[in-house]
Amino acid sequence: MMNKRIGEVILSFENISLSFGGVKALTRIGFDVREHEIRAIIGPNGAGKSSMLNVINGVYHPQEGEIVFRGKSRRGMNTYESAKSGIARTFQNIALFKGMSVLDNIMTGRNLKMRSNFLLDALYWGPAQREEIAHRRKVEEIIDFLEIQHIRKTPVGRLAYGLQKRVELGRALAAEPSILLLDEPMAGMNVEEKQDMCRFILDVNDQLGTTIILIEHDMGVVMDISDRVVVLDYGKKIADGTPDEVRANQDVIDAYLGVAH
Amino acid sequence: MFYREAGQFKATYAEDNRIFPIRQDRIVFAFIIIFAFLGVPLLASIGLVSNYTFTAILTPFLIFSLAALGLNILTGYAGQLSLGTAAFMAVGAFASYNFMLRIEGMPILVAFMLGGLCAAGVGIVFGLPSLRIRGFYLAAATLATQFFIVWCLTKIGWFTNYSSSGVISAQKIAILGYTFESSMSKYLFVLSVVSVMALLAKNMVRSNIGRSWMAIRDMDMAAEVIGFRPMRTKLMAFAVSSFYCGVSGALFAYAYLGTVEPEGFNLDLSFRILFMVIIGGLGSILGSFLGSAFIVLLPIVLSITIQFLEHSIGLNLPSGIGSSIELMAFGSLIIFFLIVEPHGLARLWQIGKEKLRLWPFPH
Repeated sequence: MMNKRIGEVILSFENISLSFGGVKALTRIGFDVREHEIRAIIGPNGAGKSSMLNVINGVYHPQEGEIVFRGKSRRGMNTYESAKSGIARTFQNIALFKGMSVLDNIMTGRNLKMRSNFLLDALYWGPAQREEIAHRRKVEEIIDFLEIQHIRKTPVGRLAYGLQKRVELGRALAAEPSILLLDEPMAGMNVEEKQDMCRFILDVNDQLGTTIILIEHDMGVVMDISDRVVVLDYGKKIADGTPDEVRANQDVIDAYLGVAH
Repeated sequence: MFYREAGQFKATYAEDNRIFPIRQDRIVFAFIIIFAFLGVPLLASIGLVSNYTFTAILTPFLIFSLAALGLNILTGYAGQLSLGTAAFMAVGAFASYNFMLRIEGMPILVAFMLGGLCAAGVGIVFGLPSLRIRGFYLAAATLATQFFIVWCLTKIGWFTNYSSSGVISAQKIAILGYTFESSMSKYLFVLSVVSVMALLAKNMVRSNIGRSWMAIRDMDMAAEVIGFRPMRTKLMAFAVSSFYCGVSGALFAYAYLGTVEPEGFNLDLSFRILFMVIIGGLGSILGSFLGSAFIVLLPIVLSITIQFLEHSIGLNLPSGIGSSIELMAFGSLIIFFLIVEPHGLARLWQIGKEKLRLWPFPH
């Protein structure tokens, strides 16, 4: 049933290599992402998962390799371009704007959709006000969806960890992304919070058709919700396939459990 | 007991987005505005507000508030530390002077605008280092602005119209044939400019541009990833902030001092305004006004206290000790605020309001 909705490849990587000085973070990584799928990237600590996400949304620029996004081939992305072309993300260590309210944080996610300039903003009149309210309406939909109505005016710095993660997801969703990158969305959460987060991710994927690329350490979650999984170890790809294929792969078992020498 | 928003329902987002969503706040604010525009002149007309109050307290308070507001946009909202505030004020003052001097029939408000725009231009140029450096290093770079601008204005005679002492006399403020001569009329003029600009600033910080500044301040990496462009955002903050400082510098010259020299805009002034922002509250429009009121009033209150002590208990202090005590009190208060309440008077006000909502009950 789930596979029916999955479409064509919209993002693919070929031979991506990234190094910092002498340290090789990624070595000739290649995989693809299909439209509407949930694609997980897993691997032990330091395997290069976050680096991979940073390559996708243009924070890091790979020294080698090619990214093909929606049929267009490019060496790397830059952050603005990737945001503009519909890639949003959340961070491993929450990167919210601590001094601002939940509402304002999510509103920032809509910045690329805002037209008015600072002079109109300063007058807060006519089109500027209408625009602000139109976007507010959209943001309220996200707030409803994530069930965080009660904290919309609270500064995010005061919120519990699990809620902050949820707000960060909200900020990413506000951009109405076509690809959503989630860096350990369930790290440090208790079981209920994890269940909520899974539900949100699946709903986003299902209702909005958003393609999701996900890094997660909780294997139960990964195997449960993702369509395909790519496994990295020491910056190299060691496996790629459906959860069942990956689970049975000997290299993956070795990477996680260690090998007898 | 009186400060409750129970029963005030907001049916539209427009209502919820208002500057003062709570009715009591709106009433208090309207009262303050009416009092400032009508009450103060009325009191003056029956002799309750003296000329001294206008020239030494109210007008400088408003002008410094505007400068503090400018710096607050840059430092409080956009998170870029600056020590060049006085330099931007100087640019505004001297540019306005030259526009008035060299262009026949230049309306004063346009001259102030142009002065502000010149300051904004200078702000953008000297804001360029902020793209690579931050924090104390940026502060050091803006320090260079401070010295460079004052040096330029002193050394290049054209700016001061080749006055031998470097002092310029600001032209009269006249709008549509009405000349603002009396201290009260100057106060009202400054009050109008400051009110409008404060409103514009408030609108900016509650809309997209303000959110972009705060996003860059709180987490620049995340701000970039969601599509804010750091260069544009930071330079915009420098431009808007410098514009505010520039206009306040022009008011400083035209409505407060009358005659100014480049040296009047020295590092001391920059620090004074930075202290206003720190004491008043970083990232708060209200804080800019509170900080300015605090720093304008503090010396006056201290000198009155010292005079009172001298008279009442016959305390005989050596002359000049008043200003030393003032400096000491000033320094200790800065340290006190940095430790106890880094968000300044504005935060204290906010905490007070939260307490007031519950009062007289504990929860």
